[in-house]
Amino acid sequence: MSALTALARASAVQAGVAQPIATVRHVHLSSRPLVFIPLSLAGEAHAPLAALVGSSVESPQLLVVPQPRNRDQRFGFAATLAEILVSYVDSFCGETETVAVDRGRDVRERYVDAPQILVPNGGGIGFVRLFGRSTRFRRTTGEWAVDPAVPLLGRWLTFFAERAEYPGSSMLVSMTGALGMHWATGQSSVEDANLAALLGWIAPPAGMTGAEAALEAEDPLRWPPAGPATDPTFDNEVLAPAIESGSLSTLEKALRDQLEPTWELMWRGVSLLRALPAGSRVERRWADDRGAFTGYVEYVAEGGFPQAKLDVAVAAAQRLAKLERAQALYDAQRAYDDPLVLAEYRLTGEAFAGSVVASSPDRLDASGKKRVLRPHITVRSDDPVRLGPGVTVVSPARPAQKGRIVSVSGSDVVLELSGGMGRGLTAPPGSVPEVGERLTYTTLTESYQAPAAFPSRDETPWTHGGPPAEYVPDNEDAAEEWS
Amino acid sequence: MTSLDRLRGDVQPKNHNARTIAALTANPGCSRRAVMDAAGIDKSRLASYIGFPARFGQSQFAITRGNAFEAQLKANGCAELLRLLREALKLPIEEASYDDLESLEQMDARAARSRQLLTRAASGEEGAGTLFDHPLLRLEVGGRWVYLEPDLVALRTGGKFYVVEIKSFAVIDGQADGTKVSAAATQSAVYVLALRRLLAEAGHDPLLVSHDVVLVCPENFSNRPVATLVDVRKKLSVLERQLSRMARIDAIVESLSPDLTFDLAPDSSGVPQRPASELVDGLGQVDARYSPECLANCELAFFCRHEARGTTASLGKSVREELGGVSSVELALSLASGSASPEPDQEEAAAMLRYAAKLRAEIVS
Amino acid sequence: MTDVLPGVLADLTSHRGVVVDSPPGAGKSTLVVKATKEMVSSGQLPLMIVAQTNEQVDDLISRLITALPPGVVIGRLSAQGYVPTPRVAAHASVTVGSKVADLGPALIVIGTAAKWATLNDGQWPWAIVDEAYQMRSDMLLRIANRFDKALFVGDPGQLDPFSVVESERWNGLTWDPMQSAVAVLLRHNPHLPVHRLPVSWRLPFSAAPVVSQAFYPFTGFSSGTGDGDRRLSLTTASFGGGPVDAAVETAAATGWALYELPNRHTLRTDAEAAAACASLAQRFLERGAVAYSEQAPDGAPVTASRIAIGAAHRDQVAAIRSYLPPSSEITVDTANRLQGREYDVTIVLHPLSGRRDATAFHLESGRLCVLASRHRHACVVVARAGIPELLDAHPSTEPVHLNVPVKFPDGWEANQSIMAHLNGHRVNV
Ligand code: SF4
Repeated sequence: MSALTALARASAVQAGVAQPIATVRHVHLSSRPLVFIPLSLAGEAHAPLAALVGSSVESPQLLVVPQPRNRDQRFGFAATLAEILVSYVDSFCGETETVAVDRGRDVRERYVDAPQILVPNGGGIGFVRLFGRSTRFRRTTGEWAVDPAVPLLGRWLTFFAERAEYPGSSMLVSMTGALGMHWATGQSSVEDANLAALLGWIAPPAGMTGAEAALEAEDPLRWPPAGPATDPTFDNEVLAPAIESGSLSTLEKALRDQLEPTWELMWRGVSLLRALPAGSRVERRWADDRGAFTGYVEYVAEGGFPQAKLDVAVAAAQRLAKLERAQALYDAQRAYDDPLVLAEYRLTGEAFAGSVVASSPDRLDASGKKRVLRPHITVRSDDPVRLGPGVTVVSPARPAQKGRIVSVSGSDVVLELSGGMGRGLTAPPGSVPEVGERLTYTTLTESYQAPAAFPSRDETPWTHGGPPAEYVPDNEDAAEEWS
Repeated sequence: MTSLDRLRGDVQPKNHNARTIAALTANPGCSRRAVMDAAGIDKSRLASYIGFPARFGQSQFAITRGNAFEAQLKANGCAELLRLLREALKLPIEEASYDDLESLEQMDARAARSRQLLTRAASGEEGAGTLFDHPLLRLEVGGRWVYLEPDLVALRTGGKFYVVEIKSFAVIDGQADGTKVSAAATQSAVYVLALRRLLAEAGHDPLLVSHDVVLVCPENFSNRPVATLVDVRKKLSVLERQLSRMARIDAIVESLSPDLTFDLAPDSSGVPQRPASELVDGLGQVDARYSPECLANCELAFFCRHEARGTTASLGKSVREELGGVSSVELALSLASGSASPEPDQEEAAAMLRYAAKLRAEIVS
Repeated sequence: MTDVLPGVLADLTSHRGVVVDSPPGAGKSTLVVKATKEMVSSGQLPLMIVAQTNEQVDDLISRLITALPPGVVIGRLSAQGYVPTPRVAAHASVTVGSKVADLGPALIVIGTAAKWATLNDGQWPWAIVDEAYQMRSDMLLRIANRFDKALFVGDPGQLDPFSVVESERWNGLTWDPMQSAVAVLLRHNPHLPVHRLPVSWRLPFSAAPVVSQAFYPFTGFSSGTGDGDRRLSLTTASFGGGPVDAAVETAAATGWALYELPNRHTLRTDAEAAAACASLAQRFLERGAVAYSEQAPDGAPVTASRIAIGAAHRDQVAAIRSYLPPSSEITVDTANRLQGREYDVTIVLHPLSGRRDATAFHLESGRLCVLASRHRHACVVVARAGIPELLDAHPSTEPVHLNVPVKFPDGWEANQSIMAHLNGHRVNV
């Protein structure tokens, strides 16, 4: 929570409606996302109860497990979901584009679009992860055979769940997360986890304040929970009798009534997000997602194993390194794309905005073997400057150019510039900020970081338990009970 | 009649259990809750009566599943549980004997019998038993004795007692929901504490009770149980501190008006007659410390949230902090816009807020 | 010094690794230097030395140069573009290079862990890993194939390494990459010998028991100096006897002072508290503090460079600095950056001062431990009143993860313990 967001929350209380905390959209939104609202049975270890799923608002498909404790019915549910999800995924395996990889040393093919799953909340992401875990190791032959689509579903769900951990990925997105990134409500983040309440603040019905709408949204009779957990009163008074009655239509009606309000909210969220202009780096991150998608399609086609249950030591360290790099890049990209995000860094002193008051674009540095062009500019900052000499900063307006702080006196910051000025000893016109130009400089950087080197898993050192046993899915995984 | 009795009115005090004692550590800074709990007031009933019912309902599916899991573990003299504990605690087979203490009807008799068996086991007598099913323990909470019922106490050779806690949330690939484990650990710590005090009273070393408790949960997606040792030392120290503060509740109670009571004044058929507004006034006399986390932890949360409207605390602790600790939303905004002039001790917060407001205004038109 | 070194080195011949825990000021660097010397003379070479920061590497090199027999070449492995500091560059027995091949015949190669991690071949029979508790286990994974046997040295009470990424994915795994190198090493190799340096040569008699009890409750340590061996005297009279003087005098007389400002919820950069930190530090100079110790029996003036002010956050550091003259040589820094440093007098802005709620960050025991254990003579803690109440009101709802060993000491308890001690040294403002 930053002070700017906190202030926006306070303003939302006063205004009676949520306040924007982003000027652009930072998530990618597919033109046909797959909206997926799962429900699970209370008390059971992640037993599916029902789901509403579909890629257009008009055609939600209801999936129900009539007897949630019945193993066959659960796998039946998984098979139906697999059919929907896998064919949705397959529908993106068409057109590809050729892209340079490995810093231009190689090329590869990449799908021009990729699937996107939207779930209501963090619990929905958890459901995807665990449902993936409970299905991906199943066998399609032998004693515990399941529908061949089931383990494939499991791998895809796991793939999506792992992408959801990756900072900046838009392949599996929770609606509360996406909305909360763009609006501050007049309630707490704990309460924002309720999708209906969150939307009540962002777009209250006519004649209502956000607070009133949110209060109403907390009533499980009017707005059933967005899952995966159901309302206990619903369980006791509606669901239990419906299951007992043995009438599928009664049960389906009961569950549809629980799910449909959320379905509507999901698509309302989609339209709200679509109405925001996309940040200019959103497409770049989506391209990463498409790359990851393409890679996994290939991996599955080649018959790769399902994802392991746990990361071994090397895999864990590698993944952490990747996540850390992605996090740093994502933070920088959002700030570069969005002055409101950048303002948070201005407030904490990691960025400053100001006007150029002096510029010596022709300054040369002759101290080294070769003379090099190193213009100096002086920026008069509007913000308190907490950065000191020696620190390197970049302006989002000129991302290819670095500035090293030479000195700070009062609000005047002298920067020595390098990069983005061609190779000669004179700067091309416009490549050095001119007097009067307004710029923001920040320590955030989106520059390339070389990936770290790790030992191979066979070289896992003794400090970390030595090389792990090779993982081969076994009968036990396939047979794993599912009570 | 003590002042706590007066506060509660003419009803039996609401009984504590391990869960409610554990909940004492969820917001220990709240005097309102401390007073309510010390007086044994039924917060849930009170909240409903004043129009802010709590929503802590339990699904019958969850209850059924929990009971079935426990029953499965304890079937045939705890056969399955015993197998697990043998692995987890390296319990030797020949010592596996089993005392079912639940079958005794009367509370006091059960407590006495439990004490007798447990202290006998502590003194290392032959045939003293290995598993004690649902023993009844006592703990003093805010001056009252509370009966507690752990799922099971296991005694290993070498004389160590282990509290066993059975929960029906799943452990998947060795991991479980941290919030649920935390709650289970605090509850088990309550039992460890009660058991330690029981032994200490009987002149035994309280440390015979291990600070590791055995958490038994279903594994992965199955009904198969798995046991994990959980170290509850941190929970124990928090709990002990909180219980000793409960004993000092008198200071708060004395500061309250001598005729304050939360008596619902039921008529002869048990229907409350007390005007709700009086109860609301009464609640207002006891300081609360609301934060959104209360919603998951306290029956009075919807009332306290309502009362806290317009405070920065109701937006979350971190929001309040980022707003410079200014307690009301309105004041924070007037300081930010410059329409209110800060008190001397608000100068810094005001400067920060004005700056933040300026940045926002510059960008959001 | 109770010499643990022979035991440590003997263990290293029969085990792949040995850990030496060193409480604050217990002679960790001395141990590293002596161990190096021993290994050189017994031919346990070539030797690889790993530190965590460039500064630590340079510190070690300058100590090794004086300790080692002439002719032993030390290779400093460094990133491209590293400009050797004068103290390193000036020595003929130090070679600098970004590749091992560039280092010449160095029998001792030293570099940061990050630099070592860029190597993908080479094998050293012996290694010393310094500040091993500051290193994350994923870093150890990247460098561990470079050595056969290693001596790990560090302070378990200091700040844990951290990550900008929050993930519960690896909770409970013995190789959790977010854990410290030593934690992971010992979980996989529980039988490795762990030695402890039992005596703090930095902390005075007044501080060792306090810090030991709060932060090292199970292992403990004592001070190398006795009661009265260290003395801080003020040579000029007080400036009218205000609370600043009272705090300075209390600290000089007892080794501790709590400079307690009125209870108030403040911004992190509480101006009053920041100003107090600065004026307390300055007042030690103005009062002409002289430190008498085993190192300076006749007294040495406490100069600005012997005083440090520590805080939890960078913006607090900036705020405090703004109250000091620009030319001041008093060190002001965050706990993270004060790790491993030593001063005569420290002023500490308590991480919980002025706060309404504690967070895991502010309660982390390592943070307070670092701040409260940098001094040889005296420590003044600046805080708003109300910290004990804040600690009592702190909810205990942090998630608990299965199979994650509980870390001791607990920050909450350590804080209680330190506050209880400071209560007896309080100066109210
Ligand atoms: S809900 Fe109210 S009474 Fe309960 S802990 Fe929170 S503030 Fe206290």
